[in-house]
Amino acid sequence: MTAVEEKPARLVGGPGLVLVWFYGVMVVGAVSRSAYQIATEFDRAPLAYTLSAVAGVVYGFITYSLVRGGETARRAAQVCCAAELAGVLIVGTWTLIEPSAFPDATVWSDYGMGYVFIPVLLPLTALYWLRKSRTVTR
Amino acid sequence: MLDVLMLVTGVAALLLAAWCGWAAYRDQPTKDWHFIGMAVVSVLALVQLVVGIVQLARGEKPEQGTTIFVAYLLGAFACVPAAGFMSLAERTRWGSVTVAAGAVVLAVLEVRLYDIWGG
Repeated sequence: MTAVEEKPARLVGGPGLVLVWFYGVMVVGAVSRSAYQIATEFDRAPLAYTLSAVAGVVYGFITYSLVRGGETARRAAQVCCAAELAGVLIVGTWTLIEPSAFPDATVWSDYGMGYVFIPVLLPLTALYWLRKSRTVTR
Repeated sequence: MLDVLMLVTGVAALLLAAWCGWAAYRDQPTKDWHFIGMAVVSVLALVQLVVGIVQLARGEKPEQGTTIFVAYLLGAFACVPAAGFMSLAERTRWGSVTVAAGAVVLAVLEVRLYDIWGG
């Protein structure tokens, strides 16, 4: 890894741009969906809609961090991607074991099957990308 | 009318995706011709938005709700231009990949729109 010192790591260059695009799409998807569902039919599946909203917030933060760039943002994004991955796996497993807790789907139901598994693929790709674009500071 | 528009827009989006995917495969950024392609797809999405709203104004009801329908119409319209602007800043193959991804997302939105409208 070549050390480019005193230059904030640009996280949106190259493959990072595609990543930002997909995160942006997920933000719009998760936030608008949960906002609509919470506003109109919250009582039907409160847990599911709340989880969707949380997912939206996490996606929003990761998108912001990626666009902002720099080492701190990179670390923050890394933590959030790990949290996101954990969220997808936990909620995904939860929806399979205990479907009755979820009368309606969340963004993360069945490991994100309703979103072509993008929710589970995205954090993996992002973690890989963030690891690769780590700047060596000494 | 709207069904046909959804189909045409979806197919056009897939063609755009393939075209930009090809550019990315050949390690090329998006060029003027690609932007013309994006403009064509965006115009289709805009026509779809207008026609959709006109249909609503005439009193037709989408099967899964008006709010969701309008939200998807707006999303479908914004999709390709957003990816296009991002590719303007990234003059590498990855700009092309982003536009291709944007077009694929639009195609998926068209399928959802079709379901929501209840075609």
